[in-house]
This record gives sequence, structure tokens and C-alpha cells, in this order.
Amino acid sequence: MTDNSSPTAASRRSFLRTAAFAGAGLATGAAQAQTPKPDPAITEVPDWTRYLGPGVQNAPYGSPSKFEKHIVRQDVEWLTASRESSVNFTPLHALDGVITPSGLCFERHHSGVAEVDPAKHRLMIHGLVDKPLVFTMEDLKRFPGRINHAYFLECAANSGMEWRGAQLNGCQFTHGMIHNVWYHGLPLKTLLDEAGVKPKGKWLLAEGADSAAMTRSIPMEKALKDCMIAWGMNGEALRPEQGYPLRLVVPGWEGNMWVKWLRRLEVGDEPWEQREETSKYTDLLADGRARRFTWIMDAKSVVTSPSPQAPLVQKGPNVITGVAWSGRGRMQRIDVTLDGGKNWTTARLDGPNLPLSMVRFYLDFDWDGREMLIQSRAMDETGYVQPTKEELRKVRGVNSIYHNNGIQTWLVRSNGETENVEIS
Amino acid sequence: MSRFRNSLISGLMLGTLLVFAGGALQAEPAKKPIGLGRVALPEEIAAWDIDIRPDGQGLPPGKGSVKEGEEVFLNQCAACHGEFGEGAGRWPVLVGGRGTLDKDNPDKTIGSYWPFASTTFDYIRRAMPFGNAQSLTADETYALTAFLLNMNDIVKDDFVLSRENFSSLKMPNVGGFYDDDRETTEKAFWKKNPCMKDCKPEVSVLNRARVIDVTPDSKTGPKVE
Repeated sequence: MTDNSSPTAASRRSFLRTAAFAGAGLATGAAQAQTPKPDPAITEVPDWTRYLGPGVQNAPYGSPSKFEKHIVRQDVEWLTASRESSVNFTPLHALDGVITPSGLCFERHHSGVAEVDPAKHRLMIHGLVDKPLVFTMEDLKRFPGRINHAYFLECAANSGMEWRGAQLNGCQFTHGMIHNVWYHGLPLKTLLDEAGVKPKGKWLLAEGADSAAMTRSIPMEKALKDCMIAWGMNGEALRPEQGYPLRLVVPGWEGNMWVKWLRRLEVGDEPWEQREETSKYTDLLADGRARRFTWIMDAKSVVTSPSPQAPLVQKGPNVITGVAWSGRGRMQRIDVTLDGGKNWTTARLDGPNLPLSMVRFYLDFDWDGREMLIQSRAMDETGYVQPTKEELRKVRGVNSIYHNNGIQTWLVRSNGETENVEIS
Repeated sequence: MSRFRNSLISGLMLGTLLVFAGGALQAEPAKKPIGLGRVALPEEIAAWDIDIRPDGQGLPPGKGSVKEGEEVFLNQCAACHGEFGEGAGRWPVLVGGRGTLDKDNPDKTIGSYWPFASTTFDYIRRAMPFGNAQSLTADETYALTAFLLNMNDIVKDDFVLSRENFSSLKMPNVGGFYDDDRETTEKAFWKKNPCMKDCKPEVSVLNRARVIDVTPDSKTGPKVE
């Protein structure tokens, strides 16, 4: 009738239709918007507001909230034959800032964690030196010139499982063989000067006290430039799994060289060609020959959120965040793409941007629910730009295991679920 | 009186020394030892200095035959590495793989990949058997090295390895390595202005981790060293 076609009635009908639709099918959030119910998280008094909590000294050495207990190191059992010569992964997807909490720093051992008594630990310097020396931990801590520095330590094999394509779902697994902490200790140069390196002493062999007696040859130039011996990380003693009581710090270079439980430094005139620099940590290329002494870790980055373990949950305002690092120096810039590399936006860096240390980047954006292919691309101060995996494979093939710093792609579906993919 | 004179003399001497030290300081920074730590004794260095170089530096006196090595290997190594060095389960393969380095699935063993025999001796001595390191004698280590070289067709069945003939060994892949050349061969990765807008026309997904589904509990999947 005429009533029905009146403007008022028409808008009332359309209003009702919308309300009915919202009530019947759509999100409960919309229905609640119609008749808002008070939030019990506000109106009810929870236990923690009513009762006393634990007092001081309940936990003389504190640990994270029980609600965070899923944020832990994880391993991938099929990767290695034994747990003692194996690796686990830092939960990068759940971290922010640039400092890795000590208890979450990934571990890589070759014969398990050596439990070294610091009172019985010695550091020896010998070989082509004027005076071979032995130090106790107490001796080392009395040296003048103590320093503290933040550096990233990345395993040479980080992302190594991804050479042939997307394998593992989560940046913890694809990029988590890395940590970034503050080290306290001494410049290695201080100790080498104390022993007096002879002019022919061009190489240094570092050896651990564990039952792998891990060894690597390090050129003297690097040893004198910025290597450290560290007894501390993040303000306290090294964790046993990070080399307590003493480790080598080799800034910007592959993690294998950062010898833990460091007990011996020998000065020589040639490299030693140890197992960890011949059989391992050499990079096999497509023609069957291999690069050796690939020490530097090139510029690399990864978006940590969203990522497979940290999917998007809501449309609207969202934060893309991630980390970047380079073994060649300071980070200059990080670009982010949402469309698989067609268009890039320069991300915002916040927090410290120190050379050879992790940098945190953010890109604030509004998500309209469309599918996205997210990547990040790091550029360091030498002008090196993080390559795509395809660019790397063109030079190296797929069998080099180590040094995969290719751009990572996350496919974000319209429901927010996120997946490790490779794209054209 | 004499005390006064002594202190006067030492005072004068100190003054002279300071003048000299000042002069020296300007010429080149004085490297004055801090004086922490103590001199390492020869016995202490000998106890820890176990590394061996390709030129044989560090090799201890001793010798061992292929045959002796086989016996040690079967007793102490075969449980993990297999009776023929083929590797049990996921434990490392030590033998074979020649000619596979440029293939799709290269087999990197002592024989096919390792550039120097010294590394075999050094690594066995420092880290093997896994879980009972530094328990083998020098002769046993020579014998094991001889056995592994024999299994890899590098020495004959009747070979006896010693410090004296070690430098005669030549590994098949000794020429297979070259120094890091990324700054030359990957020069293209240093780009002044990487593309920011309309960088490519179409993008498609080539492969997905979910299809492989090995995160993180699956027992199958690629092997990582």
C-alpha cells in the first residue's frame, strides 16, 4: 500500500532487514553492538584482584608468566641424528625489539652442553707468540679495557632447509637459528697483545673445552679487529648452552666460529683445515666445487609477524614487524611488500641500529582482508641488497646448505592464516 | 742518612727513566704487558695442543695398518657409521659418493669431499667416538685413518699409515675448494636503487611448505648437516 512505499517505512524495513541479518548469521560482535553486555573481565572481581599474590623471593630467579609458556625454543627432530649434535630454534615470531632473552637463544652443540666449572676453566694462548700464557677466569675479569657490545649470532645453516623450496611453516623454524644479545668481556686483541703475536702469526685456532673440542681457524686480521672473548650475556654470566664460562665472539661472521667453552687459542702461520671448515661450513656449488672460508653472514631480514605461527586475527589496523641484520655493517634500510614484490614501502626502524646487530622494523597498515604476499628486503650500509632465493640459486644451485639469506615470502590468506610459500 | 741517599738516587734514576719513557712514548706506543696470567708450561701445551695441519704439523709418533684399523672400526665405530662406513640410520656416511658432488643429491664423504687426510686424523682424535672422545691411542687413530682411506679407495689393503708417510697422502677432492668469492661472483647483489614500484607484472605461488608438511614432528624430510 501507499504506507509501504513511504520513505519512512522503506528505511525502517531496510533497517530491520539489516538487524535481522546481523542477528542471524554474522558475527556475535555485531549482535552485541546492538545490545551491549557488560564485560565480565571488568564487572567480576578476579582472584588476582581479591587475594594476595606470592611475595618477594617467591622466585629468586624469575621466569616468564605461565601464560607465556608456549613461547619456547623448539627443535625439529628429523633434522639430525642425535640431540647432542643438533640445533633448536629461537621463537622469533613471538619476540619484539632486538634483544633475545637469554633463555630463548637458540642452541647449536656438537657434543651436547659442556657443564664447565669456572674455577677449573683455563684459557691458553700459545703457538707463534712471544710468551705462551694461561689465564684463569679471575685473571680475565681483572684485565683493563673491558667492553660490552650487542651482536647477532646467526648459524651458517639458518634457513638451510629452504634451499629447495618452502619446507617449514614458521619463522622460528626458517629463521630461528639466530640470537642477538649483549656480550661482556674483553677485546681478543688485549689477550693477544699480552702474549705478543709474532709477525708470522697470521691465523688463530680457537678450540672449545666440550667433547667435540670444536675448532675453527680465524684470520689474525679479524681476531685483532673486533673479536671478543665474552663471559657475560645480557647482563649476567653466559648460559651453559651458550658457552659458560667463556666463549668467542666473532661479530658478523657465521655462528660456528663463535667457539663456546673456549679454552685454547693457538697462533699459526696457516689455517688448520679442521673438520668444521672442510667437511662442514664449506658451500657446495652446482659445478661440484665448493666455497671455503665463507665467514661473513650477508644482509638478511624476515617478517616475524604476521608469520605462520603469528597469523593476522582482525581486519583494520595491524602492525607488520620483523628483524634485519647484516654481517657487513649497519642496516641502512628495510623495504616491505604486501603484493609479492610488485611494490615496496620502506619500513620504519625503531630502537638501536648498531652495526652487526639486529634491527627491528615496523610497518603499520590497514588490512582490508585481502590475500597478501608479504616480504621484507634488507639493505646494509655497503649497499648490499638482500637477494631473492631465485637470485641466490642462479649463482649457487641448491646444495650449498649454508648462507641462505634469500627473501622470505609469507602468504596471508583472507582469514588471516599465514603460510610459508615461494613465488614467481 | 744512607736511606736518604738511596731514595734520592732512586728518585733521580726514576726521573731519568721517565724522561726516556716519555721520549719512547712519542716514537711508538709502549706495549707494556698487563702482567695477568702466567706462562704456559710445555707439559700443559702438549696436553692440549692436539690439532693437526695438512702439512702434518702436530702429528704424534705412531703408526697403524688398514687391517688394525678395521678391527678398531668394527668395535668402536660401526654401530653408528655402519660396517662399511655407509652410515647406520641417520648417522654420517664416511665412504663412497665419488663423482656425486655436481649431482642432484651429492654424497659428501671423506673420500668424495674432504680435501685433506689430516682432518680425518685430527677429528677422530679430538671428537670420536661420539660420547667417548679423546679415548683412542695415536696408533689406533693412525689405523682408523688408514682403514677409512682404504674403504674410500685412496690407499691399498696392506697400507700402514705413520707420521713419516702421512704427507704422501693426496685426497681426491683436494682441488675442489676455493676461497669465498661472493664479492666478485655476487656483485650484482650490491644495487644502488632496488625497484620500489611496479617491479613485476604477475606473481604466482610456486610451492608451499604446507604441502610438504614436515613442521616440526614428521620423521621424513630433508637432511641438514
